[in-house]
This record gives sequence, structure tokens and C-alpha cells, in this order.
Amino acid sequence: MKAKHRFILAVVVLGLLMTGPFVVTSLLVWLDMKDAERQMLTELLLSRLPVGTIMTLFGFVIGVLVLHRLFKHYVEGLLRMAETLRLMLGANRNFRVTPEGPPEVQQLARAANDLAQQRDALMDDVETQIAAAKASVEEEKNRLAALMSELAQAVVVCNLDGRILLYNNRARLQFKALAQGPTSVSGGALIGLGRSIFSILEKNQVQHAEEVIRQRLAGGKAAIANFITTTRGGQLLRVQMVPVMAAGAEGAEAAMTGYVLTVENITRSIEQEAQRDQVLHLMTEGSRSAIGNIRAAVTNLLDYPDMEPELRERFLRVIEDEVAKRGQSIDQTMAKFSDSLKARWPLEDILGIDVIAAAQRRIEDKLRLPTKTEELDDALWVKADSFSLVFALVFLASRLQDHYGPRELRFRLTSEGKLAYLDLIWAGPAMSSETFYTWEMESMHAGGETTPLTLRDVIDRHGGEVWYQREKAAHRAYFRFVLPVATPEVVHDDERARGSGRPEYYDFDLFNFADKSIDLDRRLSDLTYTVFDTETTGLEPSNGDEIIQIGAARIVNNRLLRQEIFNQLVDPECPLKPESIPIHGISEDMVRGQPNIDIVLPAFHEFCEDTVLIAHNAAFDMRFLQLKEERTGVRFAQPVLDTLLLSAVVHPNQESHKLDVILERLGIHIESRHNALEDALATAEVFLKLVPLLEEKGIVTVRQALEASEKTYFARVKY
Amino acid sequence: MAYKILIVDDEPNIVISLEFLMKKEGFEVAVANDGEEALAKAASFAPDLMLLDVMMPKKSGFEVCEALRADPQRAGLQIVMLTAKGRDTEVAKGLALGADAYVTKPFSTKDLVAKVKEMLAR
Repeated sequence: MKAKHRFILAVVVLGLLMTGPFVVTSLLVWLDMKDAERQMLTELLLSRLPVGTIMTLFGFVIGVLVLHRLFKHYVEGLLRMAETLRLMLGANRNFRVTPEGPPEVQQLARAANDLAQQRDALMDDVETQIAAAKASVEEEKNRLAALMSELAQAVVVCNLDGRILLYNNRARLQFKALAQGPTSVSGGALIGLGRSIFSILEKNQVQHAEEVIRQRLAGGKAAIANFITTTRGGQLLRVQMVPVMAAGAEGAEAAMTGYVLTVENITRSIEQEAQRDQVLHLMTEGSRSAIGNIRAAVTNLLDYPDMEPELRERFLRVIEDEVAKRGQSIDQTMAKFSDSLKARWPLEDILGIDVIAAAQRRIEDKLRLPTKTEELDDALWVKADSFSLVFALVFLASRLQDHYGPRELRFRLTSEGKLAYLDLIWAGPAMSSETFYTWEMESMHAGGETTPLTLRDVIDRHGGEVWYQREKAAHRAYFRFVLPVATPEVVHDDERARGSGRPEYYDFDLFNFADKSIDLDRRLSDLTYTVFDTETTGLEPSNGDEIIQIGAARIVNNRLLRQEIFNQLVDPECPLKPESIPIHGISEDMVRGQPNIDIVLPAFHEFCEDTVLIAHNAAFDMRFLQLKEERTGVRFAQPVLDTLLLSAVVHPNQESHKLDVILERLGIHIESRHNALEDALATAEVFLKLVPLLEEKGIVTVRQALEASEKTYFARVKY
Repeated sequence: MAYKILIVDDEPNIVISLEFLMKKEGFEVAVANDGEEALAKAASFAPDLMLLDVMMPKKSGFEVCEALRADPQRAGLQIVMLTAKGRDTEVAKGLALGADAYVTKPFSTKDLVAKVKEMLAR
């Protein structure tokens, strides 16, 4: 019963209580009376009735007022309080009841407020703890990712299905370098989150290694397995596998959930090994017959001193000939294999100016001796062990300081052919070569640090030389270090330009994803997508227009992976239309010399493997791809989602579903557009924003999205 | 009658020394410069002992040795392999293919002469 009805009932009861006893009493008395008495009473009462009525009414009004007041304070007040308590319980945690009304109600309100206070404190505490725990987990993840990305080894982490969960930059570069043939246009992108490692490494070998690890685990041995595999391009890889065990489990019961692969390309070191073998062989086996010939001839000459002069002459010729040939062969060997003979000590490729900068810092720091630089070739790489080289420079500086007290030292870096010259220059009197010889042969010490190495050791280690030389005209001298020049592999690292923050090289949530193949009834947010866009010579694919650029990126686990991209210009093998050039910004000379569609399309097909395709106005791009199916033999048979249609599904009443308009509508800010890759990235952002909006409409799976797309008006436009 | 020795080597610089040496020791000497010639001369010259180099054009010493050992007419022929290949594995191969002795270059001519004499005296 509503509070209002109860109030009305209470008023009625009050009215009845005030009049009821009087009326009943009067009725009983009335029935008991005789006619004359009734007559008299009527007269008596009627004359005084107004006074009685007024008094009664007056009492009734006061009663109602009291009742109303009580009602307001206790019933309505409590109801209001109940509402605010509900509010505190749910929507607004910070709301508090205002204590009002009679003291009892106020006390109740205060007690409720105190309870709320206590609850808030508890909840805050829990939330702080959760936040702290989350932050530390995130920090650990980031630390791990940072550590991995800086590692000099290529590391790939996979789950048991061979799907890649994590890889580092070195792995990306290494596999990029490995990518051969058509796949190289994809920029080595075949390594990617959620992709299969078996596209890079031999499946049987990986599984065999897995088996070995299981056996070793069962046998209580160190769980590690090694194998060497060859890639399609003939490179040799040494792979080491260690297991990733399920968290929380203890000891032998722990199950293997994945593995870490450390990959090292040993092709080069094997080649060097082989070269060294070859040198050894040339020097040993190769010398045998020559020396055999000489020895036989010499013995004959010695044993038969009285042989005819003509014969003697012939034996001498043999000796001369063999010795000359031997000398030549030694020269050739040295020239050919000098690199592999030298590189026993692990030398790294380092910029010459970095070595000098390090030496300058230490000399100024430890010796308080000012330094300057002269001519510096800042693009010169040397093969060096930078620590010992810098030590040698500081050591020489310290010796110079002790003996000649130069005011400053200068550095110079030049090169000649395969040799780099690093000069340490000072102004002062000539020094004797004996002095330098002693410096060369003594254990080095400088600025309180010592090493058992001598300067000579360091020089030998580098396969270099060092000497002392005077510049008479300038009244100064220098020590010249000769070091082998290195030609480091040029690594184009365009990561920093693309996207901010840490590269997306890891996704541990993928541990929970076993099967990644396309199932139309999976949630939209669970699938792996390739979002792509093409630039073309024109708008009529069936009329001879051709693709000139394909750009694509991947969405894995509802995340856009800006590092895993496909970006390739295509030679259309026909002239570009001048009017289209301002639109796509691609000129004739940009596409000439690029691979043609026969090469690019299979590579792109491989990039898209096992993914759902997404494009804006996909029908247009797909038409281009389909027209090439016969020629290239690749078919794009996977499901295709169109962001234009999906946008129309979400916002059926909007007029335009152009990419620019959608970007603005969804509040996505994109810096540059109208290049296939940028547009593909923009399309990906749009798709990620559309997923939750589609879910609101009950469109959760890929199948539902495809069906809904088909029903929109825009789906009827055909190319 | 003097023993006949066939020297098989493609390097004139060693052939000249061997030829001189063997003649001085009183043997009848013939020379072949490659494997095929060696087989031909083995038939025509009918040597008692062959000094056979391993590394030769056309047919290697191993092949020559194998061919000779397969020929019952040449059963009495002694074969000394002379080679610059000094690895154990190659020595083993030479002996397995039927060489009677295996001499690695550089060798002492005195030892070689002594060995040849000893082998022919058997």
C-alpha cells in the first residue's frame, strides 16, 4: 500500500475515533428512551449541536495536523532516506544522507553515513591495491619487452601451436634479412604476432625439439634443445629452444604452454670456418708436393755432386720454380683470407667517432687533459674491441702527459682503402723510437686502472698497426693507429617514425588462443585481420586500370599492429593517368623498377594468410584483386569486411560514409592520408571503433557482420 | 734383369727427381703424366713397381689403383702411392684400394729408395 493511501486511511480512522464513540453512545441512549425523552433530547441537542460540531471539527483538524506531521517525519522521511541509501549503494558512492527530522531518524541517518564511510574506506583500499598490482604487472611486462627488444639475439616466443606471441627487434631484422624472393617485398613481415613460426622454421624440427624437451623434463634434466635448420634461401640457423611452463604449477606437474626460441644465423660464421679450413688446407696439403719436389731435387744435388752440369741446372730450376710458386701462393692466400684470419678476437663494428668520443671523455675525466678533434670522418666504421682500444688511447695519453706534459691532445680520423687511420696528435719535442717501443711492450695502466695487456697485444688483437710519426712543419707528432675498416650492414629502422610508444612486439594474451583459423562464428574482437588499401591508376578495374600500391596492416587480438605492415609500390606496366597523380601522389619514376603485380600479389597473399580482410569500400579493391586471380594464380578466398558497409550498419541515417567523414564522426585524428598504407591504418582505426558500436546493435560475430553488411543500401553498388 | 719402375705424376718437377734417382739405382724407368697414360703404360711397359701420384688430371691415383687391382694380369705389380694428401682417412683409402705402400710428400728420397728396394726384394 502506498504511503499516501495509508495516510488517508489513518485520517479516516482518526475521524471515526473522534466521532464514533459519541455517535454509538448516542444511538444506544436514543434506543433506550421514550418518545417524550427523545423529544426533549432532540431539542436540547439541536440547540447545542453547532458548538459540539465545531469542537469536534477543531479536535479533528488538530488530530489530522499531528498525524500529518508524524507521517511526514517518520514515514516520508524514512522513505527519502531509503532512496538516498540506494543511491549511495550504487550510482553515487560519495552521496551522504543529510540528517534531518526527529532525533531518532537523524540517528539512523548518521549510523548509515558511518557505515557508508567505512565501506568507502575498504573499497578505496582494495582499489589502491588492485591498481598497484596492475601497475607492477604492467611495469614488469614493459621491462621484459624493453629487455627483449635490446637483446642482441633474435628471440621468438611461441605457444604450443607455433603461434608467435612475442618477438624482438633483432628477430624481425634477422627474418627480414632472410626473406627471399617474393616475400622480401613484404619487408620480412612474415614474422608477426599470431603468425605461425612454421612459415619460417621447419615444422618437423621444431616439433622434434619440443619432444626432446618433454623427454628431458620427464627425465628431470635441464629442458633445452638445439637444432640447426636451413631456410628457403639456404641460410643456416642455429635455434635453441627452452620451454615456457604454466604459471603457478610446481615441479614435475608443470605443463609446457609454449617455448622460447633463440635464433642465430650461423651462415656467416660457418663460411668463415670453411674459409679458415681452406687456408689451412692450402698451407698444409698445398705445400706438401712443392716441398716434396724441392726436397727430392735438393737431395739429388747433394747426393750426386758429380752429375752433369745440364742435369744440375735442371734440378736447380726445379727448386727456383717451386719456391717462386710457393711464395706467390702465400701472397694470394693472405690477400684472399686476411679477413677470416684476423677475426679470431670478437671485434664489433663501431663508428670511429664513437671510439674517439669515448677516449676524449676518459682522458679529460681521468687525466684532466683537454682534448680537441681535427679532421673526423664521421661515417667511418671500424672493426674494434672498443674497450681495449679506448684503454690504449688513454694509456698513451697518460704516458705523454707524464713525459712531455702537452697542453692538449688532438684526434684525427681518416681512411685509405680498407684501412682506417686514428691519430693521437700532440705538440712537443721529438721522442725516440726506443721510448715508444718500451711503451708498446709494457702492461698498460692509466688513471688508476691497469690491465695485463700491452699496447702491442691490443694492436695484434685488432689485426692493426701503430706507429709514431712527426709532422715536422707543424712542430708536432702523432701516434697513428691503423684499424680495419668495417662495412656494417645498413639497417633501416623506420620504427621510430611510425607510431609512438613501444613497438607492439608482444601479446601474452595470445597464450590463450589456440586455433586462429577463420571461424565466422567467432567474436569480431577475437579474430586476426589484414586491413588493406590500394592505390590505382584509375577507378575502372575492368577497363584496364591497374594497382600501383598496396598498403596493409594487421589487427591481432583487437590491437592494430603498426609494426607489422605491408607497403609496396607496384609497377602497373602502363602509363599513369596525369589527372590521378595529385590524388595518390605517386609519380611515374616511383613505380618504374618496382616489382609488378605478378610478384607483389603472391607476397601480399602470403601476408594475408589466415586472416579476415578489411578494406574501406572493399568491393572496389577486391575487384582489382579478383581480376588478377587468373594471371597470378592467387585467390583471396577469405571473408571480407567493408568499413563503409559496417559504418552504414551502425549509422543508417547518416548521408555519407566516406572514410574522411567517418574518421571525423568517430573522433579519429589521422595525420596524413591518401597513400595506401596510411589509408589502411585509418581504416583499421575505424574498424576498431566500429566493433563496440556493432556489438551494441547485437552484431557480435563475423557472420552477423557480413549478413548485416549485405542488407545495407550501399551493398548494392557494384563495380 | 733390372726391375722396371713406372713413375706416374703430372708434375714434371717431381718426375725429374724420381726419374734421375731410380735410374741411378739401376732400375729401368718409364714415365706417365696422367692416369690414363698410366694404365696404358702399365700394359705396354709391364712394370714391377709403380710410383703413383694421387692428384692427377683425367684419372686420379685412386682410380688407377682400383683399375689395376681389378686386372688379374697385373697381379704382381707393386704400387706405392705418392701423395700430398696426408690425412689418415686418405692413407686408409689408398691402402684399402690395394696400394702396397703409401708415402706422403715431402718424403726422404733415401727412405723411398730403401722402401722400393725392399719391396722388390720380397
